[in-house]
Amino acid sequence: MTQPGLNISAIREDFPILQQTVHGKPLVYLDSAATSQKPETVIRAFDTYYRTINANIHRGVYTLAEEATAQYEGARKKIQKFINAKSFREMIYTRNTTEALNLVAQTWGRANIRAGDEIVSTLLEHHSNIVPWQMLAQEKGATLNFIEVDAQGQLLPEQIASVITARTKLVAITMMSNVAGTITPIDAIIARAHAVGAVVVVDGAQSVPHMPVDVQALDCDFLAFSGHKMLGPFIGVLYGKRALLEAMPPFLGGGDMIREVHRDHSKWNELPWKFEAGTPSVAEGIVMGAAIDYLSGLGMANVRAHERELVAYALEKFAAVDGVRIVGPLDPDARGGVIAFEIPEAHPHDIAQIFDREGICVRAGHHCAMPLHEHYGLAATTRASFYIYNTPDEVDRLIATLKKVREIFKTQ
Amino acid sequence: MDDLYRELILDHYQHPHNHGEIPGADISVEDSNPLCGDKIRIDLKLQGDTVVDVKFNGKGCAISQASASMLTDEIIGKTLDEIKTLDKQFVLEMLGIPLGPSRIKCALLPLKVIKVGVYGVGANPDEDEDES
Repeated sequence: MTQPGLNISAIREDFPILQQTVHGKPLVYLDSAATSQKPETVIRAFDTYYRTINANIHRGVYTLAEEATAQYEGARKKIQKFINAKSFREMIYTRNTTEALNLVAQTWGRANIRAGDEIVSTLLEHHSNIVPWQMLAQEKGATLNFIEVDAQGQLLPEQIASVITARTKLVAITMMSNVAGTITPIDAIIARAHAVGAVVVVDGAQSVPHMPVDVQALDCDFLAFSGHKMLGPFIGVLYGKRALLEAMPPFLGGGDMIREVHRDHSKWNELPWKFEAGTPSVAEGIVMGAAIDYLSGLGMANVRAHERELVAYALEKFAAVDGVRIVGPLDPDARGGVIAFEIPEAHPHDIAQIFDREGICVRAGHHCAMPLHEHYGLAATTRASFYIYNTPDEVDRLIATLKKVREIFKTQ
Repeated sequence: MDDLYRELILDHYQHPHNHGEIPGADISVEDSNPLCGDKIRIDLKLQGDTVVDVKFNGKGCAISQASASMLTDEIIGKTLDEIKTLDKQFVLEMLGIPLGPSRIKCALLPLKVIKVGVYGVGANPDEDEDES
């Protein structure tokens, strides 16, 4: 069932962490939506950096600093190509997706949102794509509206036009839900937003690691994503259209983001450094290049195809277990490799604990998406998420353990 | 298959003691575990300083619900001062199961709520003890 493009057993050998047992069972890692595992090349890139070229970047004139700077900026260009941005100047390193989204809220948002304006988000969003907009709306006297979801976790199509209106100044939308797995109708939303003159901020934390993303084809204004969910280190990336970034005030003030500092004023640095105050995560920035190389080598269309097959297989197996409630679309074409579920007998914490004893890592809780859980009347769910190293055998172990949980919790 | 889900815990989870509400309770408190969204509400009926009835209500995992069921059994007949002396160790021994750091929070949620009720909101001197 695996794609000709991906040799999963060869891929698995590249991930040292997967070679271990937990509680005496082979590790099954099904939490890549939270953070992915790292291949040997990424781990070795850290080692090489610290052993051979560790230095602070920019302005160092000695060899180590020049090499570190070249690799840091080189990795930025790899990421630029990976999402097909026009210029490296549109690529800003941040701490994580959350910081990237907050950067837009604090700079573009504070400069452009006024009392009475509307910001649109959706019920599928992670808290990081709701709370910064809530804070901005409260500060400015603007309103935050939501596009609702149907029972299968699809955004209501008619609300794209009814919620995004002439008063809408910004639309904050995920490309793929981290709970329902829903792949959102991003093209229709961006088209509608641009038709009313709104700026679109796309949360790509779940999409960029798992499917081809082309920012020029999308025509989104901003795209935020995280390195650690795509085989890389704990670092974030913000893409922004150059004209918007040029017009925006800076985010944090300090070193590196300035060209000149005087007693009473400063001049900002060029893009992208205008938004990168202080010493950045140099090693992480450089190592991102190794993660991009690995994913580019596989081909993102192959990554998506593998996960689509795996999620189709998993949905079929889940459907054969009575009483399981799956959150999100049941069509594998409409969703990514994330399956959140509920069973009547057991709480997600207990499920996850029993899974752990079987060496299986799943996540329990609201996955930073309380509005969606609230909407469906769920206090919490258990979530299994897949990546390039997961196999149908692991799905079988997931289902077998789920049956074991039900056995333990069957009413006495 | 699992020490954590021994029969006693499952029995309290599936057939909780003191489950429900007390209309006109003397003390009534609700709190939640922000990590998992588990909620618990506890009603206490007092005669003087002594707890004569207690009921709990809420949603949660087997550990937090069993802890609430067993703990409410324990506090009936105790005075408020006696309840103030109950600690983390007491709850862990009562449950008698090995708990990792994330699940200890589930086990201690009912005691935390009861303590808030007994001391008053924000006045629990043991509050930081839960952060293990």
